[in-house]
Amino acid sequence: MRWMLQFWDSTIGKKYVMAVTGVGLVLFAVGHMAGNLQVFMGAQVFNDYAHKLQSLGPLLWIARAGLFTMAVLHIVSAVQLTMRARAARPVDYVKRESQIATWASRTMRVGGVLLAVFLVFHILHFTTGQLHPAFSKGGAYGNVVIGFGNVWVAIFYIVAMTFFGLHLYHGVWAGVRTLGVAKPNPNPMERKLALGLAIIVWAGFIAVPVGVLLGIVD
Amino acid sequence: MSGAGTAQPMQLTLNVWRQKSPAEPGRMVKYPAKDISPDMSFLEMLDVVNERLIQAGDDPIAFDHDCREGICGSCGLMINGAAHGPMKLTTACQLHMRSFKDGDEITIEPWRAKAFPVIKDLVVDRSAFDRIIQAGGFISVPTGTPQDANALPIPKPDADLAMDNAACIGCGACVAACPNASASLFTAAKISHLGVLPQGQPERSRRALAMVARMDLEEFGGCSLFGECMAVCPKGISIDAIQRMNRDYAFAMATKSDAKEWTGAA
Amino acid sequence: MTLKLDAKIPAGPLAEKWDKHRFEMKLVNPANKRKFKIIVVGSGLAGASAAATLSELGYNVSCFCFQDSPRRAHSIAAQGGINAAKNYRNDGDSVQRLFYDTIKGGDFRAREANVYRLAQVSVDIIDQCVAQGVPFAREYGGMLANRSFGGAQVSRTFYARGQTGQQLLIGAYQALEKEIARGGVTMFERHEMLELVLVDGKARGIIVRDMLSGEIESHAADAVILATGGYGNVFYLSTNAKGCNVTATFRAYKKGAAFANPSFTQIHPTCIPVAGDYQSKLTLMSESLRNDGRVWVPKRREDVGKQPSQIPEADRDYYLERKYPSFGNLSPRDIASRAAKEACDDGRGVGPGGRGVYLDFADAIKRLGKAAIEERYGNLFEMYQRITDENPYERPMRIYPAVHYTMGGTWVDYNLMSTIPGLHVAGEANFSDHGANRLGASALMQGLADGYFVIPYTIGDYLASTKLETVTTDHPEFQAARTVVEERTQRLLSINGTRTVDSFHRELGLLMWDKCGMARNAAGLREALERIPKLREEFWRDVKVPGSGAELNQSLEKAGRVADFLEFAELMCIDALHREESCGGHFRTEHQTEDGEAKRNDAEFAYVAAWEYAGEGKPPILNKEPLVFENVHLSTRSYK
Repeated sequence: MRWMLQFWDSTIGKKYVMAVTGVGLVLFAVGHMAGNLQVFMGAQVFNDYAHKLQSLGPLLWIARAGLFTMAVLHIVSAVQLTMRARAARPVDYVKRESQIATWASRTMRVGGVLLAVFLVFHILHFTTGQLHPAFSKGGAYGNVVIGFGNVWVAIFYIVAMTFFGLHLYHGVWAGVRTLGVAKPNPNPMERKLALGLAIIVWAGFIAVPVGVLLGIVD
Repeated sequence: MSGAGTAQPMQLTLNVWRQKSPAEPGRMVKYPAKDISPDMSFLEMLDVVNERLIQAGDDPIAFDHDCREGICGSCGLMINGAAHGPMKLTTACQLHMRSFKDGDEITIEPWRAKAFPVIKDLVVDRSAFDRIIQAGGFISVPTGTPQDANALPIPKPDADLAMDNAACIGCGACVAACPNASASLFTAAKISHLGVLPQGQPERSRRALAMVARMDLEEFGGCSLFGECMAVCPKGISIDAIQRMNRDYAFAMATKSDAKEWTGAA
Repeated sequence: MTLKLDAKIPAGPLAEKWDKHRFEMKLVNPANKRKFKIIVVGSGLAGASAAATLSELGYNVSCFCFQDSPRRAHSIAAQGGINAAKNYRNDGDSVQRLFYDTIKGGDFRAREANVYRLAQVSVDIIDQCVAQGVPFAREYGGMLANRSFGGAQVSRTFYARGQTGQQLLIGAYQALEKEIARGGVTMFERHEMLELVLVDGKARGIIVRDMLSGEIESHAADAVILATGGYGNVFYLSTNAKGCNVTATFRAYKKGAAFANPSFTQIHPTCIPVAGDYQSKLTLMSESLRNDGRVWVPKRREDVGKQPSQIPEADRDYYLERKYPSFGNLSPRDIASRAAKEACDDGRGVGPGGRGVYLDFADAIKRLGKAAIEERYGNLFEMYQRITDENPYERPMRIYPAVHYTMGGTWVDYNLMSTIPGLHVAGEANFSDHGANRLGASALMQGLADGYFVIPYTIGDYLASTKLETVTTDHPEFQAARTVVEERTQRLLSINGTRTVDSFHRELGLLMWDKCGMARNAAGLREALERIPKLREEFWRDVKVPGSGAELNQSLEKAGRVADFLEFAELMCIDALHREESCGGHFRTEHQTEDGEAKRNDAEFAYVAAWEYAGEGKPPILNKEPLVFENVHLSTRSYK
């Protein structure tokens, strides 16, 4: 097992950890998004779905522990790599122009911090309810409608999910590359794959707050 | 006629990093660059400015250069925020002043990375690259009488791919342009050059482990796949190489019981 | 003659000399090798390959280069390829044929035994490089590809795109780095050799300047190898890298190492012409361009300023086709170069300063189509356009000859040892293999042959058969050499005159190009010999070298090199003046046939001129090594 520690110590190892946990988190996000969309099928369906998840018992906690671990590893490796990158250029340029780096790639770090803040807020908002004005345990549908009734909260969700989409656009392509699973190619498939996935996830997530704001969900 | 020697001279202003020695702090200094011919190369423009500085009793701007035909990899300048300047697939020595406009202000900085400390003005120490090669960027074949060169057929696509990666001139633009100051493209190019050839197979895992470990030890940043390195690389080396490096490294880590020996990790 | 030039050519039939010699040479016991320290100056093909190989054998090697990494040596810029007598094309090549082509190409001014050995080991070089991972071009079947090159009727040139020198150098560099990592080689980058140290008449060390700290260091060894390249930069403008210089071999010359044939310079015909006074170097374009391009200048002087498209066919002088109907635009390098100079001297040159001739692809494009031309020469056209901002598809290229390679160099015997015991010289720095003219794709071959396959054997013989006292850098000779270097450096810094180093270098270069360039004559050479000492005197009186010696000081580095060029230039002119014949790259206008062809004088000049330093202010002493041709018949080159 020593090699794993050694692997973790290397920059490439940390990138692998980011990529692998990233894949796990993306899969969760896709599932989460699919679940969310049931809100458009009415209060009954959505509340039943929420209830079903709640009643998974130990399984739910295992899943939560797994997600938490992945998120922590993802964030820890991101922070360490960022610190490393900062240290690698102690004196910055007076002028440096980006050549081909996408806006998505350049906002990975700031977007990542925003997403971490968002996650904490989101859990306190819809899972535990401390930051919710009228949280009702078991009333998931009502929680959503009331929660997004606050325009600023809805906008915060939309902004955060937009960054999430950007995060995915660069992250999925970079992750696939980092893992070295795709064949090197001048016109890589993974770029398109990442774009498609990012758009679907972004659209799926913002659909709910947008739906509440537009009164489609009420 | 656009012929050489007939174009109007340009009046430029240079904003150059001056630093007397590694220990002393540096700063940006403005210099006029008057009557510059558009047909000059960028380094010839600096020559002209330097001649005038010497005549005026000032210290000329130090910069590395040698072949001036884009192959030795000595020159490396951050020109207006782009490594080797605005022209793609071009080193600073092959960049010509016609890429600029009369009246332009041009910012010139050295490569910036902890692993490339500034020696003087625009001259940096790139010996970290040599140490990465020392770690494993070779095929261990002592001089002697190896088998006949044609005894080992190599498919043309493999030979071409090896050549694409072997084209690296070690200039350091990839590190300079990378937001993380990562040496991944340089290291990966060598790992790819030797790793796709049959001659390179016996040491392939060892090479990946040792070179990556050395790259990390030199305090370069990690790769975030921004792609900036590829955009400024004067030889157009693709970040596909980095994918190959990652794969070789992970495979070697997982399969080599003696990985520690090659990475030198604690 | 004061020196005894013994080439130490082994007896016996040509083909058996090297094998026989290898057996007869003494060996150093493997356990003793690490006790011997060898200094290698230069890290190009010859230096890096020698340093790596000697370290593999077990010697304790120190390698020095002035660049920031050994990978940057100027061998890296060679484009075309490397010759080897592999006969992979089955087109009749052999060691004997490569030997003959090289001797003939050198206009019968090279030593038979050395050239034969070069041809012999050429095949091993390719094997070695492939094993190292050099990505030579391949055919679809996986076999190595070959191309043909000037001066040969067989296809024996191996290549890696247009970057063969780079790939071979990186192969040698990787071998060197492998040995550095193993601890066999200690590498000193950014160190410039400024003096050779002799103890008891043997080369025992060098004085170098650490170019970062400015510190003057002494390094002692049991033998010294100079692999410091050529001196083409004496002309200021050349295709050489800016740092190329003659200092190491010239310092050795002043310590007693005879300098052979210094006037033998190769001019390459297809370079991009000078664009202005600021020009710092010349760029070479592959000679293959002459396969499809037609060379011409206007017939009338008044047409030179016109757009080439406005000059009608009848007013153009396709002078190569006119003068050399059978070879036409494919005439050899020296002939094509001289013809261009003549046209320009006649006032019919085109472009800035009237120093250029047209290389026109209009006919080829009409005949083959633009696509075909693009496929053949696309990268060259692109390079040309990048530098000149002219589109060669629409407007003829302008080309002009440029200094490219120097065949002359330190005199060495068959073992590559100079007239100073223990001082070996390899690659372009020695004179040995190319005679008066080098064939294309042979420079890389020679550098690697010397470094991988010759010096590692011969230096062992020297070490095993020579009694060497223990010498440290405390020896008075080291102290003395160090003082010389320090004083010289101090002197350069203290002049504080009005002219920059580059201005002197430019003036010297122009003078040498005019008087000792493509075509020379006694009057011009005498004039140069009068003007060079004056320029040198002015340099030592009026040069301005800013900064101090205790820092990275690029002006000081240049000043030291130019100071040596200013002395060396004189030696070149003396050699050119004394050689009353035309041969290869040395063309004396007094010695030509009625049609303007080079006229060799085998009766009087079939020798190597090895010049011996006689002391400050004294003319150098000429020593002659007669060239004996037992295996080839001396003939006259003709390309009519």
